[in-house]
Amino acid sequence: MSDLWGIYALWYREVKVFLREKSRLVSSTVNPLIWMVAFGGGLGASISVGEAGYQAFIFPGVLMLVVLFTTIFFGLYVVWDKKIDFFKEVLVSPMSRASIFVGKMLGGCTDGFIQSGIIILFGPLFGITYTAYSLGAVVLFVILLAMGTTSLGLAIGSQMTSFEGVGLVQSFLIMPLFFLSGALYPIDNLPGWLSWVTYANPLTYIVDGMRGALLDLNSFPMAIDLGVAAVYVAVLVAVGTYAFKKMS
Amino acid sequence: MIIQTFGITKRYKNITAVNRVDLSIEEGEIFGLLGPNGAGKTTLLSMLTTLLPPTEGTAKVNGYDVRKEPGKVRESIGMVFQTPSSDEILTGRENLYLHALMYGVAKEERKRRIGKALELVDLTDRANDLVKTYSGGMRRRLELARGLLHEPKILFLDEPTLGLDPQTRQHIWEYIGRLSEEQGVTIIVTTHYMEEADSLCDRVAIIDHGEIKALDSPSILKMKVGKSMIRAKVEHPKLEYIKGLPYVTKADYKDGIVTIILNEGGAHIQEVLLNLGEVSFVELREPTLNDVFLQITGKEIREEPADDVAEIYARADS
Repeated sequence: MSDLWGIYALWYREVKVFLREKSRLVSSTVNPLIWMVAFGGGLGASISVGEAGYQAFIFPGVLMLVVLFTTIFFGLYVVWDKKIDFFKEVLVSPMSRASIFVGKMLGGCTDGFIQSGIIILFGPLFGITYTAYSLGAVVLFVILLAMGTTSLGLAIGSQMTSFEGVGLVQSFLIMPLFFLSGALYPIDNLPGWLSWVTYANPLTYIVDGMRGALLDLNSFPMAIDLGVAAVYVAVLVAVGTYAFKKMS
Repeated sequence: MIIQTFGITKRYKNITAVNRVDLSIEEGEIFGLLGPNGAGKTTLLSMLTTLLPPTEGTAKVNGYDVRKEPGKVRESIGMVFQTPSSDEILTGRENLYLHALMYGVAKEERKRRIGKALELVDLTDRANDLVKTYSGGMRRRLELARGLLHEPKILFLDEPTLGLDPQTRQHIWEYIGRLSEEQGVTIIVTTHYMEEADSLCDRVAIIDHGEIKALDSPSILKMKVGKSMIRAKVEHPKLEYIKGLPYVTKADYKDGIVTIILNEGGAHIQEVLLNLGEVSFVELREPTLNDVFLQITGKEIREEPADDVAEIYARADS
């Protein structure tokens, strides 16, 4: 019972800190908008991906990028937390490691959600029209994505001993996950090996689900997208909880 | 016994940080752990607070085994860490609030206890400021208040005054004394500062190379060294002759200084000086805890804090 309050405490802390650091909030809002305007607008001028236009096409991908960066780095930050800061005091509290993980995870998830929420508001500028269904579906996928990637970041962060590995995580995890997910291009006509890698990437299904809801451009049935997303969350939450139990 | 250890040991690849320590601490005591950097104090504390699992042996804290019931142990204790562990981006009050939530302090109780804790450490006026605007001493006080919020039976303090200026150190120790007196909390404290341990601790353990070398009340430890001591700067002392005097228990010569432990120094100083040779400096005094430490471990306790910690507090001060 007391652990529920503890989970609330950790969540409260993360959200407070997130909202207090306004500069971070601004910079991580500006980045995806630059993607949309420069990359989407520039490349979109010369390629066609259907009626909606290229900017609308990559919008779900950019949403994913926002969540990916916010939440994985949130998770990796545990390395720093472990060294100084508030976290040691959390570890010595009566809370179980699993509850600590859940509190942290929900905190990161909320950060990612707020961040992507801001971008969602900009959607209509890039040719997105929302319906109750499409908005609900996008929010659902964003939350699932955030839960999974926060868990992934926390799992890795809890096992690292210094910040030196962060560059590796960015090069070998975030970038491939993002670029090989169909975030920026249609996945229907990919050459063999690329299509296999893309199909193996769970984020492909999340982008597909969002794109399907927003633009009616599905490569997979919605049920499969949702199913993959659910399994992806379940696995990573389990991995993260385990990693926290093993963390020293 | 509120704390009892049974051959508790922590080994890393190449070193044994804590080696088969048996220790009993009574309820209500202020117990000091003294030792040079790297002696194993923090490791011992980390095991007692369940942050590190022992390699061998175990300990009972408030009746609970640190290996089997770490959750129960953590409910019974409060901890103030060597490095700052309050959240800079939150206010003092928010830090306390989160702590109360994590330790399951009942909703009706939270406000009252936070108010009381803030008052105890004189931070009521600054409670709503961000911790990053606090000085090093204020931060320590906040962490002290936080450690008490859930009314633990035992409070662990790891170098609570490290890197603070003398005046703030004095204050912190006053708070610690007040806690022990008013709340009856058992306090386990590690420190570098011998005078502080001497005036505050009921008992102290001297720990070096992971082992307890001596354990007793400060006054008994000092008595064991001898009733008085003479220190003198001499070029060529007649050490063997001095050692032969009936009232001398010990005499050393190191770095140009001779240290003589003897009974009734005041009565015998003249005879000692006559036989010592040409003396350029002399002092006669009662042994301090520092001398006890020196005699037991063969080295001076280093009073300067570890660099990184000093830096963190320096930053907090600026």
